[in-house]
Amino acid sequence: MIRFLFKGLLRDKQRSLLPIIVVIIGVFLTVLMHTWIKGVFGDVVDFNAKFATGHVKIMTRGYSDKLEQLPNDLALTGVDDLLAELAVISPDIQWSSRIRFGGLVDVPDENNETKTQGPAVAWGIDLLTPGSPEAERMKIPSSIIRGRIPEKPGEILLSEDFAKRLEVEPGQIVTFFGSTMLGGMAMQNFILAGTVRFGTQAVDRGALVMDLEDARLVLDMPDAAGEVLGFFPSGLYEDDRAKALVDAFAERYHDQENLFEPTMVTLRDQNDLGSIVDYMDVVTGLISFIFILAMSLVLWNAGLLGGLRRYGEVGLRLAMGESKGQVYRSMLGEAVLIGLVGSVIGTALALGISYWLQNNGIDLSGMMKGASMMLPSVFRTQVTTPAFYVGFLPGLFATVIGTGLAGIGIYKRKTAQLFKELE
Amino acid sequence: MKNMITLNTRKTLITLLSLIILLPYLSISLLGQTPTAQQILERIDRNQSADSRIFTASMIIHAQRGERTMEMKIWSVGNQKSFTEYLAPAREKGTKMLKLADQLWMYSPSADRTIQISGHMLRQSVMGSDLSYEDMMDDQRLTDNYDAQVVGPDTLGGRDCWVLELRARSTDLAYQRRKMWIDRERYVPLKEELYAKSGKLLKQTLLSDVKLIDGRWFPTRVVYQDMLKLGGGTEFVIHEIRFNVPIAESTFNKSMLK
Repeated sequence: MIRFLFKGLLRDKQRSLLPIIVVIIGVFLTVLMHTWIKGVFGDVVDFNAKFATGHVKIMTRGYSDKLEQLPNDLALTGVDDLLAELAVISPDIQWSSRIRFGGLVDVPDENNETKTQGPAVAWGIDLLTPGSPEAERMKIPSSIIRGRIPEKPGEILLSEDFAKRLEVEPGQIVTFFGSTMLGGMAMQNFILAGTVRFGTQAVDRGALVMDLEDARLVLDMPDAAGEVLGFFPSGLYEDDRAKALVDAFAERYHDQENLFEPTMVTLRDQNDLGSIVDYMDVVTGLISFIFILAMSLVLWNAGLLGGLRRYGEVGLRLAMGESKGQVYRSMLGEAVLIGLVGSVIGTALALGISYWLQNNGIDLSGMMKGASMMLPSVFRTQVTTPAFYVGFLPGLFATVIGTGLAGIGIYKRKTAQLFKELE
Repeated sequence: MKNMITLNTRKTLITLLSLIILLPYLSISLLGQTPTAQQILERIDRNQSADSRIFTASMIIHAQRGERTMEMKIWSVGNQKSFTEYLAPAREKGTKMLKLADQLWMYSPSADRTIQISGHMLRQSVMGSDLSYEDMMDDQRLTDNYDAQVVGPDTLGGRDCWVLELRARSTDLAYQRRKMWIDRERYVPLKEELYAKSGKLLKQTLLSDVKLIDGRWFPTRVVYQDMLKLGGGTEFVIHEIRFNVPIAESTFNKSMLK
């Protein structure tokens, strides 16, 4: 039976070509949109998690209230004890202390006076402890443009764009100028070990990365950190687990009035990432829904047109004694075949392009000059398991539903009128 | 006759009303010998400005994590040149600042570097205090930069004051509007409110311990409060000040920073 229907479709191209093209286009767009949205939003969430928010983050209440200002005068102190406590509460989570701070990078001339200088946004992260995952987490080794990663205290990295603007080369000495945790003057010389490009305009404008202990020394922050970031072992944000952790932590530290009391927040509660995560889910669902609806209408229309064109054929088959049910079922069978073929071709095409975009990405840095949000400059698709069926199933169902709706007309044919038409 | 009485009553009423309306201005005239706002500013400038000054001072910063005290010695000539050396605490000892016109350099012995402070860094806090580098550099004469008007009398700490409202003539100035409470007798500001262009109150200063030094009244204690910062403000206490003393030109050379 299937072979019979398939032969019919192959031989009568007018019956199959348009519906198959419609299904291919629809499925292709659905799969590509799905992988694009997953890729873009997933990158934004992942980038923010690794650079700024963690999957959960601990700060003091005062620091949390003025987070945009990076107020290290409100930083966490007694961090070693806090980390020991966290290791007991949640041993599988990776906790990383960080200090984010602002300041000025000054490049000396031959007289040791200012040659060039510029404002920097700095990260103090654990670069030098053997086995520390921080450098890999921020993709520093693969982001090095010139020079190398810091190997000993007193070495720093600058973003490539920033280093070029300051006209400084790896191996040269630069001076960091800023404020200590207590507000005193912080001025210290560092060797520029290398330059990096993280791929986001907001960071690459003026990034400085130094080892956490160097940052503690220059900012007079012994056993202190602005933020302690927690990362789940899966590498993915798990909302339920994050909320449970926050609740458990809040039971231990509940003094709302104390500015220096530690508080934990989830990724969702930072940088508007909650709305991005929600938006991603809503948009993916909406696209699938709109596709099924639109495709059903298009294929219903195509089915109606086909039905009209096959008016005589259906009439003849009924006249020859085929039951209305048989005719209807054979048309549904054809629809399943059209849906299958169209969905397979559409999915395959979209996955091929998605894989290519996943590996190569599209560089939109030109559109992001002056951007202050932490967005990657190169956007990529992300091929996930659902990408294999997210277009396939709607493609199949829409064709069947469309044909089913169009084929109802068969049951309205009257036998007396049929013979009249045949005469 | 009846008409004449009515006319007299009307005249008396007009006179009384005029007196009520003009009373604040008359009181200013009678008590303060009618100085204009510009004259008040000139008297303030005469008290505050000098050809040169040398003074030692303490800066007590009431920060959120506790209190810090810094000692310093400052040499200045007019409003163009000033040299500051931090004497304590140990971490800051030997740090020096040189201001020449609108340029500022800092030297830190820990890095053995002299760096120039410019751009947005000038708006940063000095040593965690409630003063910015711009505030430290801002000793321009008020009469040169602001238009003023007297907005009324007031009393502050038991002393009669004029309240002056100043509007900046240039948009470059950090504070576009200032409100000052001026001691009527000594022509010294006792309180000041500094506003941004938007009208937001940025800083407040309270000046006290006014002393007669070398024939001029001078406040030796100023409490600065950055209204955008948490914390208890910054006290600036002058221990010793000498006016119009000769200062060697070499004091204001960059080589003196090291």
